[in-house]
Amino acid sequence: MANVLAYLEQRDGSIKRVAQEALTAGRVLADGLGGELHAIVVGPPGLSVEVAGAYGADKVFVGADEAARLYQSGLYAAAVADRARAGGYAAVLLGATAMGKDLGPRIAARLGCPIAADVTAIAVEGGIVITRPVYGGKALYRLKVTAPCCVISLRPNNFTAVATRRSGAVEPITLPADAGAFARTVRVKEPERAALDVTEAAIVVAGGRGLKEPQHFKLLEDLAAALGGQAAVGASRAVVDAGWRPHAEQVGQTGKTVSPNLYVAVGVSGAIQHLAGMRTSKVIVAINKDKDAPIFKVADYGVVGDLFEIVPRLTNEIKKARGN
Amino acid sequence: MKTAVCVKRVPDSEARIKIAADGRSIDEAGVKFVLNPYDEFAIEEALRLKEAAGAGEVVVVSVGGDASQETIRTALAMGADRGVLIKTDRLPLDPLPVARALADELKTGGYDLVLFGKIAADDCSHATGAMVAELLAVPSVTAVSKLSVAEGKLSAEREIEGGVEVVECALPAVVTAEKGLNEPRYPALKGIMAAKKKPLEVKPVTLSDPGIEVAQLAYPPERKAGRIVGEGADAVPALVEALRLEAKVL
Repeated sequence: MANVLAYLEQRDGSIKRVAQEALTAGRVLADGLGGELHAIVVGPPGLSVEVAGAYGADKVFVGADEAARLYQSGLYAAAVADRARAGGYAAVLLGATAMGKDLGPRIAARLGCPIAADVTAIAVEGGIVITRPVYGGKALYRLKVTAPCCVISLRPNNFTAVATRRSGAVEPITLPADAGAFARTVRVKEPERAALDVTEAAIVVAGGRGLKEPQHFKLLEDLAAALGGQAAVGASRAVVDAGWRPHAEQVGQTGKTVSPNLYVAVGVSGAIQHLAGMRTSKVIVAINKDKDAPIFKVADYGVVGDLFEIVPRLTNEIKKARGN
Repeated sequence: MKTAVCVKRVPDSEARIKIAADGRSIDEAGVKFVLNPYDEFAIEEALRLKEAAGAGEVVVVSVGGDASQETIRTALAMGADRGVLIKTDRLPLDPLPVARALADELKTGGYDLVLFGKIAADDCSHATGAMVAELLAVPSVTAVSKLSVAEGKLSAEREIEGGVEVVECALPAVVTAEKGLNEPRYPALKGIMAAKKKPLEVKPVTLSDPGIEVAQLAYPPERKAGRIVGEGADAVPALVEALRLEAKVL
């Protein structure tokens, strides 16, 4: 019997959706191992941790402190590692977000245990068995955890959160007084342009060199706007390298990996490193003038032709369909 | 200013990946290997810091097999001063044994700054840099897209979902580089020639046991074959209908 710990990510005092995914995967592991699921959250005072019990946690440890209002790598890592050590958990789960990618390895190093990053599937078959993409998504490893504990970061948007009511009893914890020397986050700046992150968007509209000029991305911004507040604009490596779009929007092996419900690739030929970053999208639409473009091989729906005619029409039809 | 840059030899991101007969690794035959793309930003940053200070040393460190010497030489050709290969024939998928070997090498080096690329393009673990920092018990900032170093302190920016964290710490510190930190230089012919003569020390190592075992390496599942809805703007209504009624994503 072994227990599992799920780390609940919060920003600005609100627990992120990825926490529900960590709880869901944690419940699966805990049930498989015949143990309990515990949760831990670190952040500012006044956190609401309702979600923990709603998504299957038997207990939730809450480290609320003004010093933890912003993400502080050392303080957060020390708090989670201390709890993990005290609880002797078989696994510590968290989302592979900007915070989780930073925090996960720190917890693992402090515990002296392995980390499996950006995991897409998890099961108990004798021990913990993990699936994770490597080579930017061109291959998948199936791994067996042989260590007594493992830190597992989960690819966001990949695990469907399932509500399972458990007691979620709250247990306050005191954050470590001495977390050692760590870099301090002094503030969080607003991005230069306020846009939904491609990794968090339910819909991604991505453009490539087929758009010909940077200002033509306006077509994609209009399409994203027509799709409502859940759509973000993404970009291929070619247009990011050319300086047309910021790196934060790049989808692919040297950019971000996305799994939205809908991915619309516009004027993107589908280089192997781009496909690696978006092939796990639920539905893929490709719009390209070259009917032999590799993007059509992964697309569920393709339209061959001039994007400068197709995209404005698509924006209009979607506006009509959505009744606005 | 003494800086170490930790680098890795990885398959080129344009390379096709072929799974080997053992079903647990890749077939390296015919695959072009390169310096990990994110490590280029780390090397460039180290070189710029040295150039700005007008003095210092940039040491390139890699854990890997003999072929990694070539990767280290690429970094030396860009302008780094010397290299250290921590030699092992088997790189585990678990980043911790590698982080331990690097920390062992770095802890006595007297480095003010240790730079990494934020992720290796092969195992995609984005873990080693932060792990090394924790093992060395020094502050660190990961996925940095803007860095300034002055008077024994650094200030860094890292992109998060919907914002940018501004992070500060004292040196010595570990920083991992995000794309966009700088524009890496190409090694010039002169640099390539000079790199051949720069010192490269090879230190054999036995890594600690990994806590993860590879059961299988497989190709991702093929996507179900899609269809061309039509040609040109006239196909748009059919596309929207399919997205609404079939795929139910609108």
